[in-house]
Amino acid sequence: MGDRMEKKKYEQIVSRHQPTETRAQNAFIAFVTGGIVGVFGQLLSEFYVSFFDISTKDANTFMLVTLIFIASLFTALGFFDKWVSFCKCGLIIPITGFAHSMTSAGIEYRKEGPIYGLGSNIFKLAGSVILYGVVSAWFFGLLRLIIMGG
Amino acid sequence: MTFQYNQVFVENAATIAGPYEAKGPLKKYFDKTFDNLYHGEKSWETAEAKVLEDSIRTLLHKTGKTKEDIDVIFSGDLMNQITSSCYSTEKFDFPFLGIYSACATSVEGMILASSLIDGGKVNRAIAATSSHNMSSEKQFRNPTEYGAPKPKTATFTATGGACILLTNENTGIKIESSTIGRIIDYQQTNPFHMGAVMAPAAADTIYRHLTDLNRKPEDYDLILTGDLGTYGKEILKDFMKQEYGIDISKNYNDCGTMLYDLESQKEVQAGGSGPVCSALVNYSVILDLLKTKRLKRVLWVATGALFSPTMVYQHENILSIAHAISLEVIQ
Repeated sequence: MGDRMEKKKYEQIVSRHQPTETRAQNAFIAFVTGGIVGVFGQLLSEFYVSFFDISTKDANTFMLVTLIFIASLFTALGFFDKWVSFCKCGLIIPITGFAHSMTSAGIEYRKEGPIYGLGSNIFKLAGSVILYGVVSAWFFGLLRLIIMGG
Repeated sequence: MTFQYNQVFVENAATIAGPYEAKGPLKKYFDKTFDNLYHGEKSWETAEAKVLEDSIRTLLHKTGKTKEDIDVIFSGDLMNQITSSCYSTEKFDFPFLGIYSACATSVEGMILASSLIDGGKVNRAIAATSSHNMSSEKQFRNPTEYGAPKPKTATFTATGGACILLTNENTGIKIESSTIGRIIDYQQTNPFHMGAVMAPAAADTIYRHLTDLNRKPEDYDLILTGDLGTYGKEILKDFMKQEYGIDISKNYNDCGTMLYDLESQKEVQAGGSGPVCSALVNYSVILDLLKTKRLKRVLWVATGALFSPTMVYQHENILSIAHAISLEVIQ
């Protein structure tokens, strides 16, 4: 840095020209759109219970698979990224976000072939979710065993 | 390091711009535009190489030159191993030198070409560059279909290919002087605010250029930075005044904010970026204004963030650089 301006002074200039992010608005949009996904999932689940005459547990699995399918299909059709840009965590946090992260990576790297492209990269974004999902599931399972006895 | 040149001129330039750039205010100044980001290719990477190839072909066509007329080409882009430059230039059989200064690559190429021409080593040289929004997103950020939300300070990599032919024959537009920038580190770590990363590099180069040549900002009709964006532009003006006591606000603009209509094209956030961003602006509208003598002398300061995702993940700072070149109309 030599005789140049100190970091702190430069940070002041940067922050003086920092735009304010519309956090409240983003949170509200995510809350509403995420809620809509939740309501849609619940309706699907109820529908599967009554239509196929299956248990709620089975219907929930069906519902998750349906949401994954819809998100992946919409990603492949090329407009789900625009929805994600708008809804942000409203679509990223539900299982739709997980499906979307895998499908978008799959589409992006298929040109490099089935092994070095698709196979190596499809978990590029979802890999962390799986790793830390498994680790935390194991940890909370252990806690449950210790506290509640299984 | 500042040079002044005696015998380097702009013969002509060519610009090919992508769909987002074609929606912007400079559409009529581009030689060609295209609608589909794949540009008839199978991948983003080959699309970018094809766009750059098209721009070189257009330049040869416009100037009536053949491959034997070109003594050397300097080309660089953002792709790893400067893929687009290699795969496009291969089609022409020119002597090739690959270069990299991120988004300051265009001016780096022009400085090198000008120095070879002024030194009498070559007669004609091309400086070329390209970038592609999708290939950059894929390499530096997330899969293109992911659509990850970005803050307002983020910039949008421009899509296109642009090249300029410099010559030792007087054409009326002279490469007057240039300043080679230094690598600057202002301890910035936010890859979504490249304007803040690059503004000190632009300021350093502008200051050195003006000091070395004993000039004032008013000696130029226009001072242009490459791709600082809406917020980086304000930071530069403020920083320039505070650090060096120089007021550039009267005749200063940023190419990143000129390439798009920032009001209607909200997807570009703070403006354009990428090596082709400032090249598209300068080789189209600015060159046109110089040719028609509505501008007499322009200082173009291309700004580059020497951004490596790996180093950012390892919590290292993002470095930046800016190279300046001055274009002048002579009588």
